[in-house]
Parts: sequence; C-alpha cells; structure tokens
Amino acid sequence: MGQDPTKGKPETKGSSERNLEDTLFRRSQEFSQIFNQTKAFVEELLRENERLRYQVAVLQSQQPAGPTLERLRKEVEYLRQRIVELEREKQFLEAKYREIEAENKDFAQRYAEIEEQNNNLANLYVASYQLHSTLDFQEVLRIVKEIIINLIGAEVFGIFLLDERDNHLHLVAHEGMDDVLGLKVQVGEGILGQVAKTGEPFYINQVVRPGPVIDFYHPLVCIPLKIKDHIIGAIAIYMLFVQKDNFSALDHELFSLLAGHAATAIFSARLYTQSERKLMTLQSFLELLTTPPSP
Amino acid sequence: MSVRTVMIVEDSPTMRQLLIFALKRLKNLRVVEAGDGVEALKKLNQEKTDLFIIDINMPVMDGLKLISILRQNPEYKDVPIVIVTTEGAEEDRKRALALGANVYITKPVHSATLLKTVSELLHVSETGE
Repeated sequence: MGQDPTKGKPETKGSSERNLEDTLFRRSQEFSQIFNQTKAFVEELLRENERLRYQVAVLQSQQPAGPTLERLRKEVEYLRQRIVELEREKQFLEAKYREIEAENKDFAQRYAEIEEQNNNLANLYVASYQLHSTLDFQEVLRIVKEIIINLIGAEVFGIFLLDERDNHLHLVAHEGMDDVLGLKVQVGEGILGQVAKTGEPFYINQVVRPGPVIDFYHPLVCIPLKIKDHIIGAIAIYMLFVQKDNFSALDHELFSLLAGHAATAIFSARLYTQSERKLMTLQSFLELLTTPPSP
Repeated sequence: MSVRTVMIVEDSPTMRQLLIFALKRLKNLRVVEAGDGVEALKKLNQEKTDLFIIDINMPVMDGLKLISILRQNPEYKDVPIVIVTTEGAEEDRKRALALGANVYITKPVHSATLLKTVSELLHVSETGE
C-alpha cells in the first residue's frame, strides 16, 4: 500500500508491453485511489459508530429502567381506579348523610308530636281523675269550672242542666256572667237550645271576641253533656282569655272529655246528693216514728 | 345532685294536680302545695323552698301580695318565682315582674313551657343530670 507502481520499470520493453504497463499503472492508481477513499469512509463510519454508541450510553443512563417505568404506570392506573372508587363512595356517603338528616328531622318532628300528645294525655288524665274524685254535686261543678278555666282558657262560660219537667236548660254554675240569676233556656231555642235538642256540639272555628254585651243564647262553643244518647245539660263558652286566640287539638279533646265524663260525674253526684237527702229525710222520719212520746 | 323543693301556691286543686303531674318528669324535685298565700307562708317556716310557682288570683292572700312579702325576706329575696295565671293583660305582667317575679306564664299552661322554665331556673333536667 502506498507503493509506487512505476518503480523498477525496464527501459527496453516494446510498445505493447509499454501500453500494458501504462494500463496497469493507471489501474493501480485508480485502485489506490478507491482504496484510499474506502479507507477514509471506513474510518469515518468507525467514528460515527463510536459517537452513536456514546449517545446510546448517555440516553440509557438518563432514562429509567424498563421494569420501574412499568411499575409506575401500574401504580398510576391503580390510583386512578382508587380515585373513581372514592368518588363513588363519597357520593354514596353524601346521599346517606342527606337521608339520615331527613330521618333525623322526621324523628325530631315525631318526638315533638309525641311530646305534645303526652302533655295532652297528662292533662286529660288529671281532668278525668279530678272529675271522678268526688260525689259532691257542688264539688263536681267546681272541678268542671276549674277545667274550663285552667285547661281550656275560658273567661266567660255557663254550665246548664236540663230539667225534663219544664224542658228548659237551667244555669247551675258560671264564670264571668253578671245578672244571670235564674237564667234558663228552652230546649230548641238559640244555639244553646239546639245543642240540647240535637246533642251535637257547636264550635266557631275562629275565635271571635264578643262585644261588651254577651248574648247568652249564642256562645262560641257549646258542648252537650251526654250519657250515651241521653242529654242532661250543656256547657256554653262565651269568651276566652285575651292570651287565648285559637282552639288547640287539646281543647277539642277536652270538649269530648267534658261531654262524656263531666256529664257522668255531674249526674252521679246529683243522684248521690238527692239520695243522701232522701236518706236523711227517711232517717229523721223513722226516728220520729220510733221515738217514744215524751210523758 | 341534691333534691330541690318547689312550692305550688294555687287555689285550684285541679290546677295544682296538673302542675304536679307536669313537674313529675323532672328528677330530684320535691313539690309542696299551698292553697293561698297565707298557707304558703306557714309552710315556709317548716322547710326551705328553691322555687315558687304562684297564681295571682287567690282567696285570703293573692299572689302579688305573697311576692312582695317573699322579696322582703332576705332568705327568699333571690329565690326564683314563676307566676302562672289567667291574667293575660300586659299591665298585670309588668306589675308582677316589677314586684320581683322572674317568669310570667299565662293559663292554659303548656307543660313543656313550664318544664323548660323550671329546669332552667333550678338547673335540673328530666334525666336528673
């Protein structure tokens, strides 16, 4: 390589021989040139190869290893799924919370209602207990008055009893009524008389404040006093206290209680008082008969 | 917790029974009854009272007179007084409060209101805690 092809050429050779030599010389020169070019190209390729190998090594050192990348990808996927699950769980819990909150409100409301009913029952129990606690007629009337004042909140009212002999309702007890001595109402006359006739209670749903003069025939509320279907009288309410502006559910319960229990209590007490009086009369009569005449 | 004593001064036995029945729900509470102011003062000499529930309209001695007497007594000048009355006029309320009543409740009484008032004034509850 790099050897001169003309070196050692003999001077005595012929023209054909010279031509051959020239050709060979040229060919050798061409070959030498190609060889040099190929050599340079190969050297260049080797350098390029070296450079690329270096770059691959650099890139490999910069990037994470294959298995780590895969693991990270799986972790990301798992976390995405977990977020979806937690979102779903959160929505479920929020719905459950709203449901429980609504239930809680419902319970609170029901508790208040039960509490109210409990109070009403307690009042009714006491009223009923008091009504049947005595057989004294005046005492029973006093208790009925106390119930109407303290539990219903009536300021003006009257308790009437039916006298079947004259078919009139007679006022036997009252509160806040003036000049009513001997007040009586014929059965069928006015609201009071109609209630005594039909046995149906009368209510004005909205409380109306009466004028300065009270019409005793037209009460706000009139409750018949009934023992089964037998009417023995009526309670008429004409005016309520200023602080009382409507009738509650308890009032209606009390009206029902008074219609039945007050009637029984009043009737029993009246009978008992009458029988006591008769017994005393008979005893006095017997004593008179059995006592020997004084000498 | 020690037992607290409430005195109900009310002329209506039915109303007294209603109040007693309502107060039964409060624990550690003892109730003493009086039919009027004079009876109440007599009973005060026998036992200490932690709260009074007083009606205004009563025979012998009314509720307003009783409040005045109680407030003049050093032993009862700070004891809570709850008025329970049929008198719903504003001037009646003002007069009772001016005399020294703490709370003014008009009849018909709502048990829940009474319980709340008494439990707050005495710091007692339905459970006794």
